[in-house]
Amino acid sequence: MDRFEELQQAVLSGSLSRRDVLKRAAALGLSAPAIAALLAACAREEATPTQAPAAATPAPGASPAATPTGAAEATPTEAAAGQRGQGGLLRLLWWQAPTILNGHLAQGTKDFDASRPVLEPLADIDKDGNLVPILAEEIPSLENGGLAEDGSSVTWKLKQGVVWSDGTPFTAKDVVFTWQYVVDEGTTATTAGNYLNIQSVEAVDDYTVKVTFKEPTAAWMGAFVGPYGYIVPEHVLKDYVGEQARNAPFNLNPIGTGPFKVREFRPGDVVIYEMNENYREPDKPFFSEVELKGGGDATSAARAAIQTGEVDFAWNLQVEAQVLKQLEETGVGQLGITPGVNVERILVNMTDPRTEVDGERSKLGVPHPWQSDLKVRQAYALLCRRDQIADQLYGPAGKATSNILVAPERFVSPNTKWEFNPDRAAQLLDEAGWTLGPDGVRQKDGVQMSIVYSTTINPVRQKTQEIVKAEFEKVGIKVELKSVEASVFFSSDAGNPDTAAHFYVDIEMFTNGPTLTYPIDYMISWWGDESNIAQKANNWGGSNYERWQNEEYDQLFEQARTELDPDKQVELFVRMNDLVIENVVVIPLVHRNDVQGYAKNLEGLELSGWTSNLWNIANWRRTG
Amino acid sequence: MSEATGRRVQPAAAPALSVEALAGLRTKKPRSLWSDAWRQFRHHRLAMAGSVVIIIIALATLIGPFLWPIRWNEFDMAQSMLPPSLDHPFGTTDLGHDIFARVLWGGRISIAVGVVAMLVAITLGTLIGAVAGYFGGFLDSALMRLTDLFISLPSLPLLLLVTYLFRDRMSATFGVELGMFILIVVVIGGLNWMPVARLVRASFLSIKEKEFIEAAHAIGVGTGSIIIKHILPNTLSPVIVAATLGVAQAIITESSLSFLGLGFPPDIPTWGRMLFDAKDWMSFAPWMVLFPGLAIFLTVLSINYVGDGLRDALDPRRMYT
Amino acid sequence: MTRYIIRRLLTAIPTLVAISMVIFTILALAPGDPLSEFAVNPSVPPEVRQRIRQSMGLDDPIPVRYTKWFTSILRGDFGYSFRSRSPVSDLMLQRLPTTLYVIGTAYLISVLLAIPIGVISAIRQYSIFDNIATTLAFIGFSLPTFFTGLLFILIFSVKLGWFPMIYRATIDEPGLRGLWLKVEQAIMPITVLALFQTAALTRYTRASMLETIHQDYVRTARAKGLSELTVISRHALRNALIPVVTIIALSIPGIFTGAVITEQIFRVPGMGSLLISAINDNDTPVIMAITIIFSALVVLFNLIADVLYGVLDPRIKYE
Repeated sequence: MDRFEELQQAVLSGSLSRRDVLKRAAALGLSAPAIAALLAACAREEATPTQAPAAATPAPGASPAATPTGAAEATPTEAAAGQRGQGGLLRLLWWQAPTILNGHLAQGTKDFDASRPVLEPLADIDKDGNLVPILAEEIPSLENGGLAEDGSSVTWKLKQGVVWSDGTPFTAKDVVFTWQYVVDEGTTATTAGNYLNIQSVEAVDDYTVKVTFKEPTAAWMGAFVGPYGYIVPEHVLKDYVGEQARNAPFNLNPIGTGPFKVREFRPGDVVIYEMNENYREPDKPFFSEVELKGGGDATSAARAAIQTGEVDFAWNLQVEAQVLKQLEETGVGQLGITPGVNVERILVNMTDPRTEVDGERSKLGVPHPWQSDLKVRQAYALLCRRDQIADQLYGPAGKATSNILVAPERFVSPNTKWEFNPDRAAQLLDEAGWTLGPDGVRQKDGVQMSIVYSTTINPVRQKTQEIVKAEFEKVGIKVELKSVEASVFFSSDAGNPDTAAHFYVDIEMFTNGPTLTYPIDYMISWWGDESNIAQKANNWGGSNYERWQNEEYDQLFEQARTELDPDKQVELFVRMNDLVIENVVVIPLVHRNDVQGYAKNLEGLELSGWTSNLWNIANWRRTG
Repeated sequence: MSEATGRRVQPAAAPALSVEALAGLRTKKPRSLWSDAWRQFRHHRLAMAGSVVIIIIALATLIGPFLWPIRWNEFDMAQSMLPPSLDHPFGTTDLGHDIFARVLWGGRISIAVGVVAMLVAITLGTLIGAVAGYFGGFLDSALMRLTDLFISLPSLPLLLLVTYLFRDRMSATFGVELGMFILIVVVIGGLNWMPVARLVRASFLSIKEKEFIEAAHAIGVGTGSIIIKHILPNTLSPVIVAATLGVAQAIITESSLSFLGLGFPPDIPTWGRMLFDAKDWMSFAPWMVLFPGLAIFLTVLSINYVGDGLRDALDPRRMYT
Repeated sequence: MTRYIIRRLLTAIPTLVAISMVIFTILALAPGDPLSEFAVNPSVPPEVRQRIRQSMGLDDPIPVRYTKWFTSILRGDFGYSFRSRSPVSDLMLQRLPTTLYVIGTAYLISVLLAIPIGVISAIRQYSIFDNIATTLAFIGFSLPTFFTGLLFILIFSVKLGWFPMIYRATIDEPGLRGLWLKVEQAIMPITVLALFQTAALTRYTRASMLETIHQDYVRTARAKGLSELTVISRHALRNALIPVVTIIALSIPGIFTGAVITEQIFRVPGMGSLLISAINDNDTPVIMAITIIFSALVVLFNLIADVLYGVLDPRIKYE
């Protein structure tokens, strides 16, 4: 903290140039959301403890990043632009169809995505987790005074001269309105979660907005950033706050500040956008028209983009590795792999799913007959062939991992490792007293080690289940596989026993990851507070599904909520990750990448795992 | 014009059946319907071929898994996506399963599901159609409105509901596999009897007005016997078609059920599921779709020919032509 | 006859009300969640999801929800979709033309093909024609549409590049070119569906023709010296049509609800894909609207079938 403050003082007093700050910050291994924008792309690698040697010398990429507002504009294709609307029609394919074009009422990623060419946040997030100003003039930081030193508020400077597509000027009032709109309970905004920690949003002047938090917060980038942060126009929506929100024509035909506006929208099928003549950058967008077609399945979407070239871009190709490989070999298009933020994981139930106590199974305080023993859990982890799962099933779409927190880079723990070792696993199980019975199944005191392994219905997941099951059964753990329809598995319906939150099985598998670049919202998944444990008392509304409680973790988590010192932040998150891994609460399997398919002549894409694929669609262009 | 013709010539058909019906009264030991049918059936070459193929497939799936050295759930990633060879006559899957072993094992489930679910649908449909068509009036009205209801039910939410309500209970009572089997055949049968009911009812409406039925009434044959012995055999044609198509449908439907979580555990292969899982590999590993597809096709085609043969054999008029 | 029809139409009303109650209950009890995609998303906390469920009325008691729905239906209002917040009737009207065009054409083609093929198959039983038709029918029926659809895409879109694999309902090009684009993109889905439908219908036609063709009155008609064509079309076929009419009447309402899998494969924005995505998202107003119209069509076409039975066989009495 002190060194950081010193640096900051030096900047404020003008005794150091920004570039010097960068060099020193990097040399110190400093990196914080507070200076994220300042450091932009360059500081990423250096700041990571795992790559300490590189930290001594700033990467060549450091210089462009020295201009804080540079990132969005500094794309290589920019020089060649200057041809608004020259590109004709751009065809996009989403295998889920958008149903609403107001991101705040989104029912899925598809809706965030389909809103993005029209609606814009103050800042968006690049692939490394750095904020990029969109409607903001610059990213708030301690250095530019945007962030309060105690973390109690953040002040955004807005771009001037921006107009809505209907010609009305965009001002700070719209940002204030967006907050009011989202937090109104009657609006029932999907995005409300990111605004719950805000006390007030005020327009300091037409182009300055001050966000004050209820308590000091390190995760100040929840509101107005990325897919959850689209700014909506006050003059269009002012009569549609609260229960009226659902009746707004805006939901189907939004007015935005983005490069496109909606010409035709058929919910569940297609959106056709046309160029927004009022877009602030006179030479953009390159395409005069965009068609976003929805529906179908991921494999045929991959065919259309890679094999036949019928579309220019296809979203989220969750296709099995070998199919993808074959398609790419025969195709006219290419695959774009973006580092993702999600981890496919197996959750280990700490409570007993078979015993019902007070109308509830997997009840807190009723320990699992064998999974409450660390040795058994360690054996489970040793039996997962993560490399085989990653290589054979995910291919370019994932790599084996030993961490639950895999992004942003600076928070990734260097301390963990994974191994596949059935002999050691068998030994651990023996040590725990679970020995092979006459029927080849391990048992102890007459209880058989027979588990149920549940996940959603998805070919890759079913194959993962099969690989895991094969190894478990080889050492004498009987496994019954179960697959549940995704909308049931992820249902919040308290009456349904098949949901992930009920966790009425021994182990279950799904994917998850952070949405904030300060991933406190994600680490809540292991916070042991009673209110956060998924259980009957809260209608299974808690996010701690494993029912794992650990005092050290809870302290770290509570500290991390308000910690502003970047070094300490890293320490806290790495330790939290390590605790979860050491205790084998979760067995991370695969760090997933985002895979898209697109035409070889499509340029300017800067796909990011943190936000919509279309976040910089203004910069997309076609060559040749 | 043609009705008139129909009415005039119809009595000619009646004696043939009435003779049958009254056969029991004769002193001379008569040829029974079934022995006649068997004689006819034996001479039906395609039907015999069909029976032989079905028996071979059924035996292969019953005995095959014990003879074939590779087990259906064994896999070896190093052996993935191999084309057919001596070691793997049907090739291997993307995970390295032996497809031959899986086709054999999956056939047990698929054939059992197909045939039993079809029987459930046909029995239900025939029962409801026969009662509605024969008795008419309020009973007809009520049963047909029930049919309308079942046709209208959106199957997806219904299946999810059934899964939710009964899956765990059935697994607990009958064990995972048998429990699932019962649930699946009841669900498939319970959602497919409606066309059969409508078909049977339509035939009943038409046949019960014919002269030979009047004749049967006149000589005091009981209601049950009229329905079963006199009308039902005349409605068999469409029912047999519905039955053969029903087997194919049930085999395919089973695979789609597993995508709702209402099926056998995900690692158990069935023909329908193998076909579905392999579809994305169709262009570079065609054997993955070819063999399960062929298995379904051969089974259904054979059942059809057996059905054809049965129908011809059971049609008393055909004997004299 | 007229009185019979009127009576049937009157009983249709309580029937439909009962059907709607059963369907509504099933929907309300079936598990699922409109926001399942965000279940583990840290930015969409459980309380936000809960609030959204409540705003959709998903937590109200079933009778309350049903009464709300029923009273608005009486006013002719299908309500608003939970997901897109647009009127359900708009959504259906957007889908209807495409559905009728693609699915309707496929049904029409299958009827036009299946009846002659079935008749010829029956007349020339076990001829080469019959055996080929039988084999093809069973290929058509044992291969599910997800399979044939994909096969068509691989051959005609990927290999040959003849037809597009993505259906667009928004083509607005004028003139013959626009027309061709509309026809071209519908060829594969129509063929896939027609293949499947024809396969089944051919079997029914053939079976019932076989049944009547050996009836004595047909032989008599022939003996009277009537031409073969007259014998077949006026005597045999007419009586054979009862099962065929039954099957066709059962499948016509299906034109309205579309063909879920085929629509999915070719991305045809039809009623089927609207229904399936509504089901996946617990969008009750949309599901109810589509299924209730479907039930009305089922009831109507079963009535039409019953009336037609009387036309085909005048001895059938209306009670």
